[in-house]
Amino acid sequence: MKARIQLFIVAALLAVIGTSGALYKNLALDFPLWPGESRNVWTLQSKISFEPTGDPIEVTLALPEKHGNGIIIDENFSSSGFGFLINEERERRYARWSRRDANNKSAITLHYKMQVVHDNKILSEPAAPEGEVAKPRTYPSERESLRIFFEHLNEVSGTDASFTQLMLSKLNAREKSQDVSFLLSANNDDAMAVAAKLLAYRGIHFQTVKGVYLQDGRRRANYAQLLEIYSQGEWIQFNPETGERGLPDNFLVWQRGGISLLDVIGGVNSNVEFSMVVNTVPARTVAMMQDLSSQAALIDFSIYSLPVEQQGVFKTLLLIPIGALVVVFLRIIVGLPTSGTFMPILIALAFIETGLLAGLPMFLLVVGVGLWIRYYLSHLNLLLVARVSAVIIVVLGLMAFFSIASYKLGIDSAMSVTFFPTIILAWTIERMSTLWEEEGPRDVVKQGGGSLIVAIIAYGLMTNSIAKHLTFNFPELSLVLLALILMIGQYSGYRLSELYRFRHMIAAQKQAAKSQQAGQ
Amino acid sequence: MGWFASPGKLREAGVLGMNRRNVQCILRYNKRSLYPLVDNKLKTKLAAQAAGVAVPELVGVIEHQFQIKTLLNLIGERTQFVIKPVQGSGGKGILVIVGRDGNDFIKPSGQRVSVDYIARHASNILSGLFSLGGRTDQAMIEALINFDEALAQYSYEGVPDVRVVVYRGYPVMAMIRCATHSSDGKANLHQGAVGVGLNLANGRAICAVQNGSLVNKHPDTNHAFDDLEVPSWHAILMLACGAHEMTGLGYLGADIVLDKLYGPLILELNARPGLSIQVANQTGLLNRLKVIDTQCEQGPQNVEQRVAFSQQAFGL
Repeated sequence: MKARIQLFIVAALLAVIGTSGALYKNLALDFPLWPGESRNVWTLQSKISFEPTGDPIEVTLALPEKHGNGIIIDENFSSSGFGFLINEERERRYARWSRRDANNKSAITLHYKMQVVHDNKILSEPAAPEGEVAKPRTYPSERESLRIFFEHLNEVSGTDASFTQLMLSKLNAREKSQDVSFLLSANNDDAMAVAAKLLAYRGIHFQTVKGVYLQDGRRRANYAQLLEIYSQGEWIQFNPETGERGLPDNFLVWQRGGISLLDVIGGVNSNVEFSMVVNTVPARTVAMMQDLSSQAALIDFSIYSLPVEQQGVFKTLLLIPIGALVVVFLRIIVGLPTSGTFMPILIALAFIETGLLAGLPMFLLVVGVGLWIRYYLSHLNLLLVARVSAVIIVVLGLMAFFSIASYKLGIDSAMSVTFFPTIILAWTIERMSTLWEEEGPRDVVKQGGGSLIVAIIAYGLMTNSIAKHLTFNFPELSLVLLALILMIGQYSGYRLSELYRFRHMIAAQKQAAKSQQAGQ
Repeated sequence: MGWFASPGKLREAGVLGMNRRNVQCILRYNKRSLYPLVDNKLKTKLAAQAAGVAVPELVGVIEHQFQIKTLLNLIGERTQFVIKPVQGSGGKGILVIVGRDGNDFIKPSGQRVSVDYIARHASNILSGLFSLGGRTDQAMIEALINFDEALAQYSYEGVPDVRVVVYRGYPVMAMIRCATHSSDGKANLHQGAVGVGLNLANGRAICAVQNGSLVNKHPDTNHAFDDLEVPSWHAILMLACGAHEMTGLGYLGADIVLDKLYGPLILELNARPGLSIQVANQTGLLNRLKVIDTQCEQGPQNVEQRVAFSQQAFGL
């Protein structure tokens, strides 16, 4: 009993570890649970254009940074004739192109292209601003208007957020008050400049958020700005044109903080434009790409860190637990006789290589002919080792023959039989013929058929796209299979086959009981 | 009658299933290290001889191919003997010789075979043709059993043997396995032999089963099983129970034959006896195992007491 409880605990533990690992990957690392799940990946190209003045050129483009809502999967730059490097300063990334010789005064364009997954869920908060808000610089002429406008806003708003929202709507109103009109004209119609002064008066920390409105197929889009204020421990975004609160759904944050997006030294009329297109990419690719770059420990220490070739091997190996579960279930719960415990799995693996339609007839053919030849060999009274070796060579010959024959006949699919694991076939033939001699042909059909049925079911499950996806992307789920197998391993109830085997007995007993009753 | 009996009905009838047998009988009471003793017929025989348990006489053992030449010396003047693989199972590779005519030997079917034939058979045994998994094997030459005529009419082309299942030293169920023409003279139920359930109290037949269905007479000899009574019944049970002490196995099947001269002899022991004995007896094993389990709590008892207990508890 104690062993049983121990087993329950071990199994439960394994199951919990397995599922929680998978859940973590799914929820935190965004690994998709189902195959075929896809994500929108935006390809965003920014085109920087300017006219050089002849002085040495230095172009600085702020790159999307940490506190954004996009996951950069891939980025590349074009920098023909320019020295290029990426700088990282205080969590901010910049791309720098530079060139000294600029005799050519024709317009220059530079490109920066990135693939990005837009996800508002990952938007994180930048650190809280420190210190007091610096006093804004104001023109003496506008001070009175600013004061009046400010006091009006203060009067009608409660919180910082409502203050900002109200201010923005007033600044953008179609019919502006006199003070607002004056303030705008004094600041070159720059509503943001006015807003900055008012926010500073009230002592609200703020910054601008630069970004792009994502729109499939959009070209020559300019960057847009949002206003972000810091109030009661959080950053709140506002659309400076409408006063709308919150981050728009399709807004890709490029840059937070007041730093300029583009700096061009030695050039005039600089401009940055964006064009974008959306692709649908399998979610797993995205998850892998993003996590390879972010180096999540679980991924870093996983199959993905292996070279692609080895990954392919593991793809198949990780399916074996599923085959094992099928064998365990069919043998212990159903009671299907198989020859050997793991031969069905091996046959299933062989089928995976050839495909079932080509593999099954090939298997039966090769094993059939092999059995016949093996029968002849045993007639010659060969010793075991020599016999098995002879069978292997015969199997090789058979496979070569069938492959060539099928090729000549123009049946392409049978060609893959070349890769049919020779040893599995030879072993099958050897086992089957021993069985034939020991128990007779009936048992060969029974066990061979049982093995084949189990192999086909295992094949069906192992080639299932969901199973393939889950085993490869969530190898920790093998622990759950292990737990299941452990649980089945201590099942001591009846097998399905026994319900059939003992049915006569029960029927006879029932009849006896009935006749006894009748006798009384 | 449906295709399947319900699990509830089986449980009610106390049928022991394969899984329960494996987990609760074999894994619990049969230590793996004890297996070689029963899987190897030579070891079983030597251990039995050492323990004073009656077994058929051992004539000789051939371990290497070159020893085959000495086969005739080993046989000596014997006219009747059996050659069997030490690690064989299910009666495979057993060659029975019942007579001798100069240099020729006579099989039970009357077929004459030469010395070469016997030598080749021995060679096949050594090369592992009949052993489990094809391991190289040894050939064992045993004296032929002169089986008791009392049972002769119940078996065709083969020796009937009594199978007693012994659980924790107590006999729990018994049957006699009678070879038939369709079982090719072998006593394996799944090959078509008739299994006759025996009353533990007196060794009388309860019912007979062939291929899962009830029969009342032998299909080849046409002899009714109703009046079958195994002689020396008490001795047979004593012998079977002794195998528990001898091997240390808590769940075993003892195959016993009745020799005209020597009485009951242990032919073979089995650490994983099958479940068909339940069909032959039309009774489940499970309830009887429970009775033994409670009896075992009373403390250890000697062979005599255990046999008496089983005869009393499980007799009909």
